[in-house]
Amino acid sequence: MLKGHQSWVFENRPSIIGRATVVGPFEGQGPLAEDFDIIHGDLRLGQDSWEKAEKALLEEAAKLAIENAGLTQEQINFFVGGDLMNQIISTSFAARTLMIPYIGIFGACSTSMESLAVAANLVDSRSAKFALSSACSHNATAEKQFRYPTEYGSQKPPTAQFTVTGAGASVVAQEGQGPRVTSATIGRVIDMGISDPFNMGAAMAPAAVDTIQAHFRDFQIEPGHYDLIVTGDLSKVGYEIACDLFDKHKVPMHQTEYKDCGMMIYDYGKQKVQAGASGCGCSAVVTYGHLLNRMRNREFNRILVVATGALLSPISYQQGESIPCIAHAVSIESEAVKS
Amino acid sequence: MANSKKKKLTPVQQEYQELAKTKEPARPVLKNCIRAFVSGGTICLIGQAVQEMFIHWAGFSEKEASNPTVAVMILISVILTSLGVYDRIAQWAGAGTAVPVTGFANSMASAAIEHRGEGLVLGVGGKMFEIAGPVIVFGVVAAFFVGLLHFIFNPGAVGGS
Repeated sequence: MLKGHQSWVFENRPSIIGRATVVGPFEGQGPLAEDFDIIHGDLRLGQDSWEKAEKALLEEAAKLAIENAGLTQEQINFFVGGDLMNQIISTSFAARTLMIPYIGIFGACSTSMESLAVAANLVDSRSAKFALSSACSHNATAEKQFRYPTEYGSQKPPTAQFTVTGAGASVVAQEGQGPRVTSATIGRVIDMGISDPFNMGAAMAPAAVDTIQAHFRDFQIEPGHYDLIVTGDLSKVGYEIACDLFDKHKVPMHQTEYKDCGMMIYDYGKQKVQAGASGCGCSAVVTYGHLLNRMRNREFNRILVVATGALLSPISYQQGESIPCIAHAVSIESEAVKS
Repeated sequence: MANSKKKKLTPVQQEYQELAKTKEPARPVLKNCIRAFVSGGTICLIGQAVQEMFIHWAGFSEKEASNPTVAVMILISVILTSLGVYDRIAQWAGAGTAVPVTGFANSMASAAIEHRGEGLVLGVGGKMFEIAGPVIVFGVVAAFFVGLLHFIFNPGAVGGS
């Protein structure tokens, strides 16, 4: 149901009854390795192209999430998902395998929460019994499409981010055990004129701040309502800018803990990732793996996940266009919390 | 160019860009220069060693030895690219690995490997010059203008005489 100007409140409190995360070898060496369901040792997953490897990642995550929910593919009404590839081929091709009625979406790296918001809305409005939401990305496919060939020797600036190889999927249901999806705020596209594709954190930070402020305005709450607020993949540069913007706009973020998924998945000391992580898979695997595990352990009761996306294409930045960005927020509560 | 770009931005965007600039970690230019000097020099030293080997052990003249030397350097670069090592060296070395002939070989080999899946003709053949192509195009253009200047100011020397 609409709340305020751009938010949905899910009054029936749909639950995430199954979730799964599948990652590549590099993520498996990071500090969150324990929280992932499957860690692949081979970046190609035994496939003959990077694109097929990304599709395979998503298929595994989707199947495992359905299995963890105690369901079969036939019971899922809708599959909502997207990725970074042109024409979202990874997700569409996985949907071909899964044979679940499919809603393909694109929100760049904000897809993880966009898909969860749409899936939760479908379930909450009784348009679906079970909906599967997903997001995936692969380091090599993203490098190939947006930057240079993976083996090309180019030096990355310190603002660059490393695309996560990973897929996260969740099954949202009308009832059942699991964390509850309680509300979502759909973001506006914000463009502050940043045009450097190697500095996406700075491009996306204003979108994250805009959506978070809109969320507080629509629900008339303050940051202290949440035990944790995380942004998707701003990484070091964007995170610092976001903190500055919160100060400037007088948003009392000190009431809560504010983190960024892009700064959690890799070990800056050991893994050379410049500013941090990015990609659809980043916020998806950190949320569905790490954060919901911590929620299950009662470390948090309420979290707000704000996935951020840079809506550029390889053509748009070559033509000198700036990078439009978006962020979508979804609040997840532990089932112990009563509305 | 920079000014005309700035004019299109709203005041809020300009203010934000100034803020973003202060948060942007600077590229370590001096460190990069030193690394490029060391790594580029090392590659050239290896090249020189290979050339000396051809001269002393294979009986080539200095001029004849340069072609097989370049071939060996290209081969080494392509092997390192295929093994997935070259890009790691390049992140450390920067321009040091990009400027010598090894960088050119890496740009072609990496593109060829990357697009192998799209087929031999459209993939490997079509995309191989994805990065190296501009170097060739503008290299030829530059050579044309240098040749033109040479013809104007030093006409007697044209024709290799």
